[in-house]
Amino acid sequence: MIHFVLHEAKDNVAVVVVEGVTSGQSLTGWVMDEDRMIELKAMQDIPIGHKLALKDLAPNDTIFKYGIDIGRVVAPIQTGQHAHVHNIKTKRW
Amino acid sequence: MIDKNTTFLGYRRENGRVGVRNHVIILPVDDISNAACEAVANNIKGTMALPHPYGRLQFGADLDLHFRTIIGTGCNPNVAAVVVIGIEEGWTGKVVEAIAKTGKPVVGFSIELHGDHDTIMRASRAAREMVQVASEKQREVCDVSELWVSTKCGESDTTSGCGANPTVGNAFDKLYEVGSTLVFGETSEITGGESVVAARCRTPEVKEQFMTVFNKYQDMINRYKTSDLSDSQPTKGNIAGGLTTIEEKALGNIQKIGKKCLVDGVLDKAEAPTGPGLWFMDSSSAAAEMVTLCAAAGYAVHFFPTGQGNVVGNPILPVIKICANPRTVRTMGEHVDVDTSGLLQRDINLDQAGDKLLEMMLRTANGRLTAAEALGHREFVLTRLYESA
Repeated sequence: MIHFVLHEAKDNVAVVVVEGVTSGQSLTGWVMDEDRMIELKAMQDIPIGHKLALKDLAPNDTIFKYGIDIGRVVAPIQTGQHAHVHNIKTKRW
Repeated sequence: MIDKNTTFLGYRRENGRVGVRNHVIILPVDDISNAACEAVANNIKGTMALPHPYGRLQFGADLDLHFRTIIGTGCNPNVAAVVVIGIEEGWTGKVVEAIAKTGKPVVGFSIELHGDHDTIMRASRAAREMVQVASEKQREVCDVSELWVSTKCGESDTTSGCGANPTVGNAFDKLYEVGSTLVFGETSEITGGESVVAARCRTPEVKEQFMTVFNKYQDMINRYKTSDLSDSQPTKGNIAGGLTTIEEKALGNIQKIGKKCLVDGVLDKAEAPTGPGLWFMDSSSAAAEMVTLCAAAGYAVHFFPTGQGNVVGNPILPVIKICANPRTVRTMGEHVDVDTSGLLQRDINLDQAGDKLLEMMLRTANGRLTAAEALGHREFVLTRLYESA
């Protein structure tokens, strides 16, 4: 069972692709561009489609997805935590 | 799945274009002619009215776009014949004359000096004859390259970027290879991925055109915005689905243009392409508006990837829904034509997902109704550029 996917090895967030991921659960992730698996523990409940952090991130760090800059961190995020609008913002507009 | 010898059964129109549906439409030039059009469609079975809220006191580029959209809809090869109804003669005649250039049967009626009763009676007579003639039209063997395919995604979430949109991209790469005419757009939702699109433009001229259109859009946002747009881009639905920023949404969005096809040209809203290849249409990212513009530009089949489950359809353009979110497939399955959720579990690979979509495209082109058609989704939504005079 694949619990989360990341587009490129460079990405620091990944997408949960199953329903019901809960805090403390051991997860298997698929690095799509390199077609290999990684393991990570969820530190919060994360809904399907939402992202989890793959490393500890501090304010103003850049978030990479598809290997490309998608925004900046606005509140600290720890590995395995939920990464979304409460701790990431666009650099545009 | 497809190569240069792949064929489907389509309707070849008088001007050589190929359609996959055989609609007889009752087309209002303006809002106040909707009632008459709906009455005619109610009288004559097998015809369809396309009511909309505009067409009075528009001017300049906004009026040009109105005509381009109404005329383009009538010219679309999925349409066999057209009855046009408008409040007065001038603009009604203008629409009829432009559609007539395709060679298809078209006739116009204006309401002034006649009233609704007389107009409805005369238009019903014409529509009855048209629908009987159209019903005898046979499908014939057509090359897959003759099928014009458009795409736009909606209610996207993160599964769109990893599953549904790359499926469209894979299919687009294969269609591009056989010489199809393709289009994507959604100027606002390229934001954050514009350099990726720019790098895919075939020539420096196309790249310059694309960047001009993109920058113009950014200027418009900066002129009118009252916030950082985070209330509307990403949308509430996108955010519920896990998308966090416009950049993330845009990078998912442009997975739809695959890995190989090049951007061959830039189109204005509802503008018909002049040759095969992949075109970028400067357009709104609102689902029904963009699909309506694609139909008006002459596209015959539409690929619509969704994550959270957009239910949009179009009166004349079959909209094929692709979804990779297993929860959406479970809760809203009646809206999904192609389920590619297996991609995210590695049950199928991208090539297989693309083929699955192309197979559904051919079945749809041959006559299979899409989920949106069967459910009666006929969103016909005209884009406005500014307020009326």
